[in-house]
Amino acid sequence: MAIFSLALNSLRNRRVTAGLTVIAIALSVALLLGVEKVRTETRASFAQTISGTDLVVGARSGSIQLLLYSVFRMGSATNNISWQSYQEIRAHPRIAWTIPIALGDSHRGYPVMGTTLDYFEHFRFARGRSLEFAAGRPFDDVFDAVLGAEIAERLGYRIGDAITLAHGTGPVSFVQHDDKPFQITGILKRTGTPVDRTVHISLEGMEAIHVDWRGGAPPAPGRAIPPEQVRGMDLTPESITAFFVGLDSRIATFQVQRYINNYRQEPLLAILPGVALQELWSLMGVAEQALLLVSGFVVLVGLIGMLAVMLAGLNERRREMAILRSVGARPRQVFALLASETLFLAGAGVALGLGLLYLGLFVAQPLVQAQFGIHLGITPPGVHEFRLLAVFLAAAFLISLIPALRAYGNTLTDGLDPRV
Amino acid sequence: MFIQGPSGSGKSTLLGLIGGVIRPARGEGTIHLLGHPMHRLSGWRRDAVRANHVGFIFQMFNLIPYLDALANVMLPCRFSRTRRQRAAAQGGAEAEARRLLEHLGLGEEELLRRLPSELSVGQQQRVAAARAPIGAPEVLIADEPTSALDADRKEVFIELLLRECAALGTTVLFVSHDASLEPLFDRSISLAEINRIASTPVKPAVAA
Repeated sequence: MAIFSLALNSLRNRRVTAGLTVIAIALSVALLLGVEKVRTETRASFAQTISGTDLVVGARSGSIQLLLYSVFRMGSATNNISWQSYQEIRAHPRIAWTIPIALGDSHRGYPVMGTTLDYFEHFRFARGRSLEFAAGRPFDDVFDAVLGAEIAERLGYRIGDAITLAHGTGPVSFVQHDDKPFQITGILKRTGTPVDRTVHISLEGMEAIHVDWRGGAPPAPGRAIPPEQVRGMDLTPESITAFFVGLDSRIATFQVQRYINNYRQEPLLAILPGVALQELWSLMGVAEQALLLVSGFVVLVGLIGMLAVMLAGLNERRREMAILRSVGARPRQVFALLASETLFLAGAGVALGLGLLYLGLFVAQPLVQAQFGIHLGITPPGVHEFRLLAVFLAAAFLISLIPALRAYGNTLTDGLDPRV
Repeated sequence: MFIQGPSGSGKSTLLGLIGGVIRPARGEGTIHLLGHPMHRLSGWRRDAVRANHVGFIFQMFNLIPYLDALANVMLPCRFSRTRRQRAAAQGGAEAEARRLLEHLGLGEEELLRRLPSELSVGQQQRVAAARAPIGAPEVLIADEPTSALDADRKEVFIELLLRECAALGTTVLFVSHDASLEPLFDRSISLAEINRIASTPVKPAVAA
């Protein structure tokens, strides 16, 4: 107790260096925990993007590419699946349901996805959660649209608003489907997945906006077909981009996968989304590990800075140690004084670091959510964080022994003579 | 007890031996302090004897820079239970510290709260003089405590210190090269007279 209050007094006396050391440690701790937080939340939100789907089917390419464009709406498909093949495959006896999707258009940078009502019924994310409506209902008419939560929030859309879709997937498009506006009939609840960033329309709607196109080009002036007339036409699509498959039993997964991969009419690829997610994650894992390594080194730098401050102070404090001994302090108490000063710096650094972390999370949470669609939960530190902090404090403890041992040694050689 | 000797005559070595900081080389003599065989005790035990029974005043720099005057005086009570209990018998460590400081002319509350760097050298030495006898140690070792003081303040300082120690029953071992201070003490020794070993080869003392 005597030693502890001495340590506090001694640090208060050196409040500028002590304060800077605490800040350096706090920043390094906040960085480490922040990186760890982003890492785990990214991984979690990654793993939660799709659930309950046994197979994802697209034109033959790489499994990661297929996963990226079908689930994450990133990049584009190399080829489409003909409607006929889709109809044939979905008739397979082991297939319980399918969700066809057609991609390629966008609205102000957000992807537009044509699908069927099966999507709202069968699509699952995050351990089996199904899509729910925050407002409105699924699309019904050809020109109805259902928005993901983030689009509605960011662009301020409400039920009944009209939106224009753009051809292509870039944020700026020169070709607008402005002759055929869509009406918003529903807005989904937030999912924390790419669904939040997607405009959902029916496959018929997707077909309708391209029905008068010829050879990938918009209709010549005067050749455009007005929306009223389109409604009467046959809007069965010629092709789709990909489809999700649900089986009647998981046991059939490989059987159906083989059937699709060996499908003769068209080169197709069926992937298990869980496996592909793992592959994708292991690719990103390198960057993730690098980030963790860097933040680990920052922590090390913080600790070494603390050690340097303590050691630098030791020589000018030899006289102080001698005085302490002359008033009855034992060498081991001098040891304890130095160790507890160092530990106190580390402890205060951790406390301040946690404060900074939560402040940072508070500020960054809406930004990260909006920018990357990753929800950073502001939760109390979990087992993993405590384990990291325990490792940090253990390292700080080991480091605190160094100045303490030096001071111990000095005390023994200097004795009581304070005229150093 | 006044111990007089020029620099280099072994004053500090003698005090180190008495204080148990250094110990004579094996077989080179014995030291008993209040019945404790200091030459045989382990470092840990010598520390305990020193903490409980010996107060120190050095020439300069006696104070912990980050503690105020009052806390500096109370320090020995933090490290020694014996001295804490003796101070408690006098009314508690803080009351005793205030009393000692007041006797040495540092009674003002504002002075008690100052850090050593905010005190003059004379005031610092008086704080040290108040600290050494707190908790009534049996022995007080003063190593040239007045050499940083003006001539006219030396005597006042020593008289105050001796009066306080007499009241507490503390023996003062006062070391100085300044023979003019000798009349202030009951007994005196000149190291030059008693240090007979100096003429024979001396084995160096072993650091504690």
